[in-house]
Amino acid sequence: MIKTDPLRFIAILLALLTIVAFGHMLAWSLWTLPPEAAGLSLIVNEKMPESGVDAQVTAILLNFRSYDTLLELVVLLVALLGAWYLGKLHLPPQDSKPGLVLEGLVRFLVPVMILVTGYILWLGSHAAGGAFQAGALLAGAGVLMLVVIAEKVAVRDGVRLRALLVAGPGVFALVAGGLMLSGKLMLQYPQQHAGSLILLIEAASTLTIGITLTLLFAGGRPHRGKTD
Amino acid sequence: MSQFLWYALIGAVLLCIGLAGLVIHRHLLRRILALNVMSTGVFLVFVALAKRAGEVPDPVPLAMVLTGLVVSVSATALALVLIVRIQHLHGSAELPGDDA
Repeated sequence: MIKTDPLRFIAILLALLTIVAFGHMLAWSLWTLPPEAAGLSLIVNEKMPESGVDAQVTAILLNFRSYDTLLELVVLLVALLGAWYLGKLHLPPQDSKPGLVLEGLVRFLVPVMILVTGYILWLGSHAAGGAFQAGALLAGAGVLMLVVIAEKVAVRDGVRLRALLVAGPGVFALVAGGLMLSGKLMLQYPQQHAGSLILLIEAASTLTIGITLTLLFAGGRPHRGKTD
Repeated sequence: MSQFLWYALIGAVLLCIGLAGLVIHRHLLRRILALNVMSTGVFLVFVALAKRAGEVPDPVPLAMVLTGLVVSVSATALALVLIVRIQHLHGSAELPGDDA
């Protein structure tokens, strides 16, 4: 909200003028870019046979730039740890029970979404798809359940949940460490096993991404379960 | 004007709108929204520039945007939890002004 304080008004005006100038510089630099540039696509095309998959984006994420992706999964985990540290899971009480149609729809949609998650994960090997898209869809199913039938899903903190949360970065790091032990560079997949290693990492990451994003939506650390 | 340039310029405009929102608003939720508008602009510029490679876009920027999307979602979630915490501690999710 803009207050009528004259000093602040002048400060904001100056800032906006700077931003407009910055925007013009940015537009100018975009304007003067060459209209055709292959970028790194030529190198990617050349190395695709070594990657173990047929989809370029998957090859980059899980093979050529896999270190990046490993650390990204760690970022997800750290964000969740931060959210857990700051508070307990507190879902707002629902004013009314979900109607028959809404609950029925969610009960129908969630299994379908999980099925499609598996399909998109598999699709990542040769077309647009992969762990992140599949994980996002899984998170969508999780959020839907949290919003509509929260009291029936009962998220509980425990060994099982935590194992799922570290599955993605854990499997990734194990593969990286295993390759180093076998005398290769970190994350330098042997060419004949690259496809299956990528699928293994992606499957674990999908679960982790889906559950982490769902819990980030919930926003706090769930209560401990009785059994775990 | 080529197609990539059109989208890249829209991305730049989004970036500036987000930057302006970040400066103008004191409420933390609005600032988070502004940051997200900014990052959307950056992603749009990236994807647009990837198209310069020809019919099949350069996959490296696309992969980086995919990475960026997930990081941006998780950072936003953490920021929202922080806002809730600040609101809980101070009774307001607005930054104090320079005069306060």
